[in-house]
Amino acid sequence: MSNTPPIQGTRPGEAGNAGSRRPQPDSVVLDDDAVRRALLRIAHEIVERNSDLGSLYLVGVPNGGVPLARRVAANLRQLAAQEVLVGVLDTTLYRDDLITRGERPRLRRTEMPSSVDDRCVILVDDVASTGRTIRAAMDALMDFGRPRSVQVAALVDRGHRELPIRIDYVGKNIPTQREDLVRLREGESGALEVLLLRCGEGAPA
Amino acid sequence: MMGRGLLGIENLAREDIELILETAEHMKEVGTRDVKKVPTLRGRTLINLFFEPSTRTRTSFEIAGKRLSADVVNFSPASSSLSKAESILDTAKTLDAMDPDAVVIRHKVAGVPKRIADQLGAPVINAGDGAHEHPTQALLDMLTVLEQKEHVDGLTVTIIGDIAHSRVARSNIHGFRKMGAEVRVAGPPTMIPAEVEALGVKAYGSLREALEGADVVMALRIQQERLADATFPSVREYAATFGLDRAKLRFAKDDAIVMHPGPVNRGVELAADLADHRPSVILDQVRNGVALRMAVLYLLAGRRRTVAEDREK
Repeated sequence: MSNTPPIQGTRPGEAGNAGSRRPQPDSVVLDDDAVRRALLRIAHEIVERNSDLGSLYLVGVPNGGVPLARRVAANLRQLAAQEVLVGVLDTTLYRDDLITRGERPRLRRTEMPSSVDDRCVILVDDVASTGRTIRAAMDALMDFGRPRSVQVAALVDRGHRELPIRIDYVGKNIPTQREDLVRLREGESGALEVLLLRCGEGAPA
Repeated sequence: MMGRGLLGIENLAREDIELILETAEHMKEVGTRDVKKVPTLRGRTLINLFFEPSTRTRTSFEIAGKRLSADVVNFSPASSSLSKAESILDTAKTLDAMDPDAVVIRHKVAGVPKRIADQLGAPVINAGDGAHEHPTQALLDMLTVLEQKEHVDGLTVTIIGDIAHSRVARSNIHGFRKMGAEVRVAGPPTMIPAEVEALGVKAYGSLREALEGADVVMALRIQQERLADATFPSVREYAATFGLDRAKLRFAKDDAIVMHPGPVNRGVELAADLADHRPSVILDQVRNGVALRMAVLYLLAGRRRTVAEDREK
């Protein structure tokens, strides 16, 4: 395992407070190979469910969603010989917990290369949980135009939904305790892996 | 430090400045969208309290607040009881009772924003107090330099004009020094305070020497009220000696940029054609001002603590 820090920062509900419990060592729940297979399957599903691939627009939510969106776009290029637009959309300014937090989270970059008008947008995130980030991302998206449709892809769905939001493309469902941490880590070579840090009741002794 | 507002650059750490500039870089993107508005400060109230007339800075704060969805209220002396000799502290207490989330203050007397901040639960942002500080101006200047030069560390910045009476100069001296630049000041001897070199800058009586090797040249506005002052040379003499034009700019580096906090007295501190064209970046400064103030408001506004709660801490 490389020593690079996880690229996934703390977002509401998706990487909660570790609490006072002694955290267990990280365990790799998806290694690079598993991530690759999951993203390939997601790309297949996208091709199956979208007849107009030319109108697709993959929008990665930083930080973890960004390399994933690029990989899915590369997969689509191979599978369907289709170039797909890729954007980056930071949701921080749309969060619903900014007032209650003392410290303001650092902003991340937003790069939307084109309007989303009449596009079939697929929001790409690494770890889906409460749905609050997806809610924020949808609000942000609407400020960039009027998409024809919006779908959501996540490498990991860990449950604990707090909003009526459905993930259309799931890489892997990973049951977790609310207090657990799930993180995507990008190694120096670009290898991706998903780490699970058990902090909840089910943490091994 | 940042927690209680932004009163000056002097008490900021380099990390604070870097965080504000990094945040402002991201805020610039919001200004490029069709919908130039994010919901971040929805339901928050920003009070612009300007005891001294200002259109540019007040408007910049107003746009910044509105782009973040805050409700912006402008208070200015002519239209409020401030002209009825209400004391500054009374005003502060009245404001606090209205429960604002941030208060932007400009006053002709140095230290007034600090006095008001001590009475307020909301963070105070100094928009210029006397000859003391104008922190958001210095921060937007640094943001503009960063945009043009990609770094601040190691640059040579020359500030020309009435250093003694300039809050812009003071804030910029603190800011650029903290960010690792070499800062020089130049102007007639009556305009260079004796103690200025204690701030870590070098003072020059000769513009040519001050410009030698400069990456950034900042001309300050000569205030109209100074023109009548006995310490001021004639306008023509000032323009001839310290007014910046293309001929004098040749002493600076080939890729030097020209800055000015505005509004420019054309033909006095800056030649008209230089004010309006590259390498002047004056309009970039104005544009960056909005993003920078959005960053400051994002980082500061919205703390609902009252003074009483604060004291308990």
